[in-house]
Amino acid sequence: MGIDRRSLLKVLGLGVAGVASGQMATPNLLKAEAVVPLKQFVGVLVDTTRCVGCRSCEAACAEAHHLPSPDTGDESVFEKERQTTVSQLTVVNRYKTDKGEVFVKKQCMHCGQPGCVAACLVKAMEKRKEGPVTWDTNCMGCRYCMPSCPFEIPKFEYQSSNPKIRKCDLCWDRLGKKEKPACVENCPEEALLFGSRKELIEEANRRIYQKPGNYLTHIYGEHEVGGTGYLYLSKVPFEQIGFRTDLGTTPYPEFTKGFLYSVPLVLLLWPAFLIGVNTVTKREQEIRRKGGERE
Amino acid sequence: MNEVVTVPEIKNLKDFWVFIRSELKPKGKIFTTFNVISFPIIVLGAFLIVFRLAKGLGAVTNLSQEFPWGIWIGFDVMVGVAFAGGAYILTFVVYILRSEKYHPVVRATVLNGFLAYVFYAGAILLDLGRWWNIVNPILGNKFGVNSVLFLVSWHFLLYMISLFIEFSPTVAEWLGFKRIRKILASLTVGAVIFGIALSTLHQSGLGALFLMAKDKIHPLWYTEFIPVLFFVSSIFAGLSMVIFEGTISHKVFAHQIDHDHHASFDRILTGLGKGCAGALFVYFFMKILILIHGKQWPLLATPMGTWYLIELIGLVLLPCILFLHGVRYQNLVVIRMAAILSMLGIIINRLNYSVIAYKWYVPLSQRYIPSWMEIVITLCILFTEVWVFRWIVNRMPVLRESPEWAMEEKIIKKSVTIRKEAPQWKVSAM
Repeated sequence: MGIDRRSLLKVLGLGVAGVASGQMATPNLLKAEAVVPLKQFVGVLVDTTRCVGCRSCEAACAEAHHLPSPDTGDESVFEKERQTTVSQLTVVNRYKTDKGEVFVKKQCMHCGQPGCVAACLVKAMEKRKEGPVTWDTNCMGCRYCMPSCPFEIPKFEYQSSNPKIRKCDLCWDRLGKKEKPACVENCPEEALLFGSRKELIEEANRRIYQKPGNYLTHIYGEHEVGGTGYLYLSKVPFEQIGFRTDLGTTPYPEFTKGFLYSVPLVLLLWPAFLIGVNTVTKREQEIRRKGGERE
Repeated sequence: MNEVVTVPEIKNLKDFWVFIRSELKPKGKIFTTFNVISFPIIVLGAFLIVFRLAKGLGAVTNLSQEFPWGIWIGFDVMVGVAFAGGAYILTFVVYILRSEKYHPVVRATVLNGFLAYVFYAGAILLDLGRWWNIVNPILGNKFGVNSVLFLVSWHFLLYMISLFIEFSPTVAEWLGFKRIRKILASLTVGAVIFGIALSTLHQSGLGALFLMAKDKIHPLWYTEFIPVLFFVSSIFAGLSMVIFEGTISHKVFAHQIDHDHHASFDRILTGLGKGCAGALFVYFFMKILILIHGKQWPLLATPMGTWYLIELIGLVLLPCILFLHGVRYQNLVVIRMAAILSMLGIIINRLNYSVIAYKWYVPLSQRYIPSWMEIVITLCILFTEVWVFRWIVNRMPVLRESPEWAMEEKIIKKSVTIRKEAPQWKVSAM
């Protein structure tokens, strides 16, 4: 739903006229971002019951994105829960639960309708129809994507004078070469599975049905914030392994929809009302002046 | 002590430059207390700004991955724009409702609003990590039209233009451009109407920015009505600022203001106080409704609940009552106190959304607290704005009467209307 020069000029002209601006907002604003059918795009299924915390995915990710490679032998990193950083686009955390240690890989969830994409005013953050949410250099660095992400994934390079937003891009370059994401490719335990979201959900359900004792009957990401590209299976409740379970199932862009709907209305009705009031007060003023002159 | 204002005779470009150069020279005393305090801060701030542009945000600010927006957004932009709201309200009252009573303060308010936008847009530029891309929402071929910030950025730009058009007759009077002044003055009502629509949307739009931070803002503050709350609060924020700024201007620039204006100023303040009381009451009422419908009362017993009540009772209800009291008993001291309280309330409210009630669950040690450099740069921007404001007020007919050639028409009209209508418009003006 790009906007070409002609329609931009139209938008400008009408916008400045102030009255017809309703048209500026209506057709584009009301169309939800990411109209890709949720089941079609690709994602990754993470089976936390299989992950052994070897951090091969971290190393592969660093290599694929030309970032400093982590010391995967260092066990001490598990002592504290880690967040992704500008140089670590994915991290594995260890959680001690009543059913033993659980390792969970963390990265961008690649939402079906991402808050960060709806937040971005220059479309630097983009939901590709293939699934990944990617970032581009036309970004202004306003960091509005950061408070708008339910998983707090976009990371900003504060120490740079030419800063970028860093986050997992599902190996967008590799996907173009028909290769799997680096983390999936390098997982020795097959804890990560790459495929279309539809296939992944079917596979996840199959695993749950086959080994009901081994899994919760919940695929995290199937419905959370409207559905995400990354999906998780677990044997322990998700809040015990670092997931927020209070995010709801509403896609985040929906929260600003009501406001955006009101924009054309206000731009249309407010000036009309004000012009009306202005006409009345002007007439009153003239009547007053004439009355003054007559006396 | 009436200053003699020279009317420039500008016939060609050379005259223009000569005039501008003479006007650029400082007027008045140089070593005032304000200058002595503000000048070093402006210089230091300028150095820090260069440092920030060269080294990145992390070198100057305490921003983090957890707290991406600090006081440059939460205070400079959010509070600055709310305080600049006086411009759209007063232009509505003066140019649309045509209430002559508030005419003496409208130019200063519009100027104040315009400068606020110019300087706080400047603050945005500093806060943007990739500031050289600031033109991208306006030019280019990728527009994030689904973004609230897209709307806000366009509205900032268009509103700055509207405010400039509203203020431009003053500039023309200063330069002695008679024909141009006439043309510019004829654009005022259009610019006002457009400006009010823009203000409604971007004042509320600033609130709408936080709608997607649903999981991060404390439930006592998060509501789907944040945009409406931001809009309503910009009314009393703007009017309180007019009271505050007007009070100071009337002391500092007293010699520029003629007798009639001085006499009418008290009545203007009372009227503004009445408006503030009304807007504060509506705001308070909405806050209560939202609290009741949100069913969040148990949270009132928590520490954040106390903080919420301090804001709601101490900085909304209390100033509302004080305004009413001040208006009822014509007590200007109380009105001024109320204005300061409600302004403080706005500062706290906007900072709550961006910094304090934002991720309230993060322990204090990991929270964002502005660095001294962020504060110095904020003060630098603020003081520079005051300097520019003072420069303009000392040269252009903002507070003083317009030059005679621009007044001629008006005076004839006024003398007729005021003489015959005085009792009538006293009643009809708010």
